[in-house]
Amino acid sequence: MRDSVGSVRTVLLLGGRSEIGLAVVERLVRDGAREVVLAARGGTAAPSVLTALGATVHSLEFDAQDPDTHTATVARGVDLVGDLDVVVDSFGVLGEQADYEADPASAARAAAVNYTGHVSAGLAVAARLREQGHGVLVVVSSVAGVRVRRFNFVYGSAKAGLDGFAQGLADSLHGSGARVLVVRPGYVPTRMSAHVEPAPFPATPGQVADAVAAGLRSGATTVWAPRVLQPVFAGMRLMPRALWRRLGR
Amino acid sequence: MNRPTLLTGWGRTAPTAAHVVRPRTPAQVADALAQAGPRGALPRGLGRSYGDAAQSAGGLVLDCRELTGPVRLDSDRGTVTAPAGTALGRLAAHLLRRGHLLPVMPGTGYVTLGGAIAADVHGKNHHRDSSFGAHVRSLTLLTPDGRTRVLGPGLADADLFWATVGGMGLTGVVTEATVAVRPVETAHMRVDTDRTADLDATLELMSRHDDAHYSVCWVDLLARGRSLGRGVLTRAHHARPADLPRALRADPLRLSPSHRLTAPPWAPSGLLNRWTAGAFNAARFHGAPERRRGEPQPLPSFFHPLDAVRGWNRMYGPHGFVQYQFVVPFGAEDVLTGIARDLSRAGTPTFLAVLKRMGEPVPGPLSFPRPGWSLAMDLPAALPGLAGLLHGFDERVLDAGGRLYLAKDSRARAETVHAMYPGLPAWREVRAKADPAGVLVSDLARRLRLL
Repeated sequence: MRDSVGSVRTVLLLGGRSEIGLAVVERLVRDGAREVVLAARGGTAAPSVLTALGATVHSLEFDAQDPDTHTATVARGVDLVGDLDVVVDSFGVLGEQADYEADPASAARAAAVNYTGHVSAGLAVAARLREQGHGVLVVVSSVAGVRVRRFNFVYGSAKAGLDGFAQGLADSLHGSGARVLVVRPGYVPTRMSAHVEPAPFPATPGQVADAVAAGLRSGATTVWAPRVLQPVFAGMRLMPRALWRRLGR
Repeated sequence: MNRPTLLTGWGRTAPTAAHVVRPRTPAQVADALAQAGPRGALPRGLGRSYGDAAQSAGGLVLDCRELTGPVRLDSDRGTVTAPAGTALGRLAAHLLRRGHLLPVMPGTGYVTLGGAIAADVHGKNHHRDSSFGAHVRSLTLLTPDGRTRVLGPGLADADLFWATVGGMGLTGVVTEATVAVRPVETAHMRVDTDRTADLDATLELMSRHDDAHYSVCWVDLLARGRSLGRGVLTRAHHARPADLPRALRADPLRLSPSHRLTAPPWAPSGLLNRWTAGAFNAARFHGAPERRRGEPQPLPSFFHPLDAVRGWNRMYGPHGFVQYQFVVPFGAEDVLTGIARDLSRAGTPTFLAVLKRMGEPVPGPLSFPRPGWSLAMDLPAALPGLAGLLHGFDERVLDAGGRLYLAKDSRARAETVHAMYPGLPAWREVRAKADPAGVLVSDLARRLRLL
């Protein structure tokens, strides 16, 4: 349950090793959350920072590529901590565009993690939030999906799908007491993006987490991290196609 | 099942969705309770609890406002019996025409009789007359097992009666209650007003005048430095006909239409911030007489000044507000001064800080009032750093042996509240017998792990 000053008691992180996801969880724990479920393939150990802050951390098996299991995964999360106050949906793979082009099957597998996995997991979470009459699903999208670029279009197109899915899900939950917060970070230096050249306007996972916390407080439907990316991408969307496809990054 | 409805408390924070039904009779209450699903059920009145006490996410909320009907005044025994959905303001108006008044009037008339019992509300006379529950002679409680019980302080199952007084609607649904009334000769109060220079002077003056029947002090927590905690203390007795101006003496129980318990339908949104609240506080302080004696005041303006502005809760804007109310024992005045100093220092736009003396408690394990000082204040929920500030206050209140008021809480930690209410385990036992299936549940109960 979110209280009047925005603190919550429970958090479920889908993508339990995600650096952005863990930063959001850490921020929520600092703000008062006490029960955390980290869902990842093969489970994951509790980061010591969370336990040091007084949170009880549970580990949960979660396979993004196995949609048949997602409803049961959410139910197990409920068994562990009760009502899900905040669910952070931040699993995904980045990969290399060149590798995807050389191995189309690997591209399809990545797209399944980055898009279809979120469809089944997101709907399973939404059903629970609707039933309990409250709760927020935080979907970590990306500016890569706002306008898909030549240099990483497999990843970008999946994020575009995810972003659209999350907006539609948000609309479907309107009036149910539950809601969706779409987060659009730009370049975030993490393990996942270590092989990619830095892009302008980078944000740290901590900065993304601060933006999420502010969005949860204010009841926002979308947050950009950093905020400047919103006007930047408003401009990007207007850029002529001929120019857009020549952009290296 | 109908579509869910978003509900909040009076502070308009943290909405959650529930299915709402509107029973008009006790039989419909019993039916609704029998239909509760896995997310449980909860009675709700006029929604004046500030926090999440009258919402139940995903559950079934019984809106009991239409649980009304004839009111029976027994002037020989000095009691009134009314359905639980009757608003106290209406009940008071009904009684007043017949020369009686409720023994305890909370700060708003928009509280149902059932809600007044569930929150065990108190008034400006707590130091003399204790809380609402002290005057309940009997009540009818419908429990989720379909049983109807008549409970009272001297009847069988007195422990369930006291678990229901202050029990936040979690023991069952009160459908009717019989409450003691007091005879009054006029519809007016005789009010004395004093301005105080600082918090010490306020506390000193309030301690000295223990004889006033009603006593309350509005405190300016935005004033800085030596003026910190300056206030306007009002004390009152029921006016007798001889106290009234000649024009009112002919029909002393009559109120002019402008003083009926209704309100103009306006309230601006998002008006209150540090500057407007500061200006308002200063204007209110300087606008009050330094010392005035025996001023006749119509009953509604004395008891329910805020009811004159319908929807005043919207003035805090879309993020709503938090009301923080605690009581600390006499002798813990340093907690009051410490909290006042911190609020002033932080420049928080504290609007409406109200200081009261509390007297004898009732045996209800979850009933809030305890002998000592009670301070209540409104704070905008979106204030940066509010969570940390209030958690710090909670610790000081707890250390001093004080407690928070559940009808107003919307953000305290479960552990803190458990420590403040040592009667909680006993209350749980009584409740579990009345509701073994655990049907009754609220957001407050989930958040504070009361059940």
